[in-house]
Amino acid sequence: MDAPRDGTTTGHEQPDPAPAPRPQRRRSMFVAAAIGVGLMAAVDEIVFHQILGWHHFYDRSSPQIGLLSDGLLHTAEIVVLVAGFFAFADLRRRRALAPVSAWSGFFLGSGAFQLFDGIVDHKLLRLHQVRYGVDLFAYDLAWNAAAAILLLIGAGLAWGSRTEGSAAPRIQER
Amino acid sequence: MTPTVPLVHGAHGSGGADAAGWLLVALLVLVPSIAYLRAARARRFAGRSWPARRTAAFVIGLVLVGLAVSPALHALGRHDLRGHMVQHLLLGMFAPLALVLAAPVTLLLGVLPVAARGTARGLLRSRALHGLAHPATAAALDIGGLYLLYLTPLYALTTTNVLAHHVVNLHVLLAGCLFTWSIAGPDPAPRRPPITLRALVLVAAGAAHAYLAKLLYARAPELPPGGSPDPDQVRAAAQLMYYGGDLAEVALAVALFATWYRTRGAARGIGGGGGTCRASAKG
Repeated sequence: MDAPRDGTTTGHEQPDPAPAPRPQRRRSMFVAAAIGVGLMAAVDEIVFHQILGWHHFYDRSSPQIGLLSDGLLHTAEIVVLVAGFFAFADLRRRRALAPVSAWSGFFLGSGAFQLFDGIVDHKLLRLHQVRYGVDLFAYDLAWNAAAAILLLIGAGLAWGSRTEGSAAPRIQER
Repeated sequence: MTPTVPLVHGAHGSGGADAAGWLLVALLVLVPSIAYLRAARARRFAGRSWPARRTAAFVIGLVLVGLAVSPALHALGRHDLRGHMVQHLLLGMFAPLALVLAAPVTLLLGVLPVAARGTARGLLRSRALHGLAHPATAAALDIGGLYLLYLTPLYALTTTNVLAHHVVNLHVLLAGCLFTWSIAGPDPAPRRPPITLRALVLVAAGAAHAYLAKLLYARAPELPPGGSPDPDQVRAAAQLMYYGGDLAEVALAVALFATWYRTRGAARGIGGGGGTCRASAKG
């Protein structure tokens, strides 16, 4: 990524009317997290609801409110994915993308969604389970362990990217 | 003679009625297409460009409308909820999207005589239209109409009453266009609410649509009231509605955020590729 080339320190604004673009770390992370949430929701919906049919399109055990919330989640996921991709393209276009921060946001977002689904949807609200007619323990463990792994990767990348967009690239040059 | 076509169209089963039906489809596609092409050409003669993709979108939209009301689909949809659902997906979602992306109002404003143009602009700015074209109103008319259709005996009525059938089809098309226009598209939309509100309405409308599809699926033996004797058919139609709705929602969301992307770029003086930005970064 582009670093400020003229050796300006952080916080110093260039007098240039069109200043050199700087990576926007928090925005990159936020936008990619939205994509992560949308993508994980879509994976859940497509792989587990539609292809494997483990928990379905419509679980007859669900109350009406569960049905409506499912519909809201699904359409929100679609809109969030589309919005996220356009916001991502906008960051790239104005060279404000901080790639490592974006990856960390992506993993944090997808892990957070997976964990929310595994704990709140499956266990607290009991909207649906991963699978029916089997011992759930292994499935729940795999579901939430996957969430934990995604979150750990995201946290690691966030740690690694904390100097992204600041003076770090200059240190590398030396 | 063509003036009797809509009446003949109602009488099914005979080859003559089918031919009349196809003639109606041809007129429905060709007449507005020719008018649009002429207007676009007049605009180009006046030295103002008109993107070819808009013309293409308009013709595609009309072809989708024509397909939806064609004797073939009409026959399929008359006693089979699946065929009916395909008709509705085309009329209510895909045709409106293509028609709205074709910017017919912009084109019309460009070729109207000056006096009429003023009237049209006044109409576009009127409080009544503003209320009608608010995304929430448009969504209520669009999705609410579907609830009315499938949860009341209205659907059963459309299978026996030709007038009801055509009125419902017209409502589906107009409400679909109104909703699509209220959310996105290149046409002028005075006092269009901010993008967050439009995105929220899109989510709510999509959820309400998906909910109705699931309701039809879950209660296939009872719904639509007095409509279909075959629950499997209703379930298949509900799935068509659900997945078709998804596809239309993705397309509409892309149209919505693509507009945001373009205006945001224009506000910074960057076009599609980000030329200014790149130039200053290289400098």
